[in-house]
Amino acid sequence: MLTLTSPVETPLHRWPAGLKLALLCAATILLFRMTTPLPLAAIATALAALHLLLGRSIAATALRQLRPLWPFLALLALWHGWTGDLAQGAIIALRLITAMALANLVTMTTRLSDMLAALDHLTAPLARSGLPTRRLTLAIALALRFIPVLSDRIDTIRAAWAARSPRRPGWRILIPAALAALDEADHVAESLRARGGAG
Amino acid sequence: MERSLSHIALFAALIAVLGFVPQIMLPFGVPITAQSLGIMLCGTVLGARRGALAVLLFLLLVAIGLPLLSGGRGGLGVFASPTVGFLLGFPVAAFVAGLITEKAPLPVGWAAGIGAFAGGVVTLYAFGIPGLALMLDKTLTEAALMVTAFLPGDLIKVALAGLVTHSLARMRPGVLLSRN
Repeated sequence: MLTLTSPVETPLHRWPAGLKLALLCAATILLFRMTTPLPLAAIATALAALHLLLGRSIAATALRQLRPLWPFLALLALWHGWTGDLAQGAIIALRLITAMALANLVTMTTRLSDMLAALDHLTAPLARSGLPTRRLTLAIALALRFIPVLSDRIDTIRAAWAARSPRRPGWRILIPAALAALDEADHVAESLRARGGAG
Repeated sequence: MERSLSHIALFAALIAVLGFVPQIMLPFGVPITAQSLGIMLCGTVLGARRGALAVLLFLLLVAIGLPLLSGGRGGLGVFASPTVGFLLGFPVAAFVAGLITEKAPLPVGWAAGIGAFAGGVVTLYAFGIPGLALMLDKTLTEAALMVTAFLPGDLIKVALAGLVTHSLARMRPGVLLSRN
């Protein structure tokens, strides 16, 4: 399965994931504290310039990932056009765009392995206090492994349905799909137990 | 223990897979998908604790950069979007749905339906609406108005969650971790 990490190597890929996450947290808090449009516009412009510096493909992907925001931006434009409070509308819109683009940039420039390592690092204090963080790692690995398996199972179920009915399965597909997940879960539990348990 | 863990992992995977099933777009760009139905089913089928953990695991996979939310969205950006309240409400919604399915002295289908309503509508909106209000700098009433468009779709999902849970219990008694 593909991740959202950009295949185009950028200098940001080499930054430690923990640093990027900490910076993102700080920047997001700061963004939501700002109450004037001009500094926000400057930050948005700088962020756009940074994207272009990192390469056209990064910039294009970033723009595409902001698409879920369009309906909200349209709504804000209508709303604040109606009330006449355009400055406030601009602040909200710029804040949304920069916060989301910044978070997406961290995702785009951090490999899954680096992100998982950062997660391990974050949960390390929990492990020391006796919480079973190994189970979390195992659960992540299991879920990742079974996404393609369940996806195939649902395709099979749809094909079986299509062979018997001219109509679309709709919500009815959920019942065999949930049963498939429940059955697989029982198999996996047995396999884990046979191999010495989940720890 | 292994059983809890494997069920949590498999249902996190199920939520993800339900996001790939084709979706219907409603106005304002929020999609109606099988995915939010999957969230309710996590609660009604796995019970409160396991259901909430399955949803949390799913959100973690999204956060570390996998495009698993319906429409192929994912990464840290979705947690900075106006709909972040709904995302954070997902695990709580599954917990409430599971708790009511576990405790309500009713036939399983009804308990699951009421649980899905309390979790997937009441609880979820209680998180989603303040989130929307905060991110868009609107009042709670204004934010609530924006989501009323989704209420009919969500009520359909509530009924389906009850139906699916009922069917599962009838086809394979003892399969619901929430009821035994």
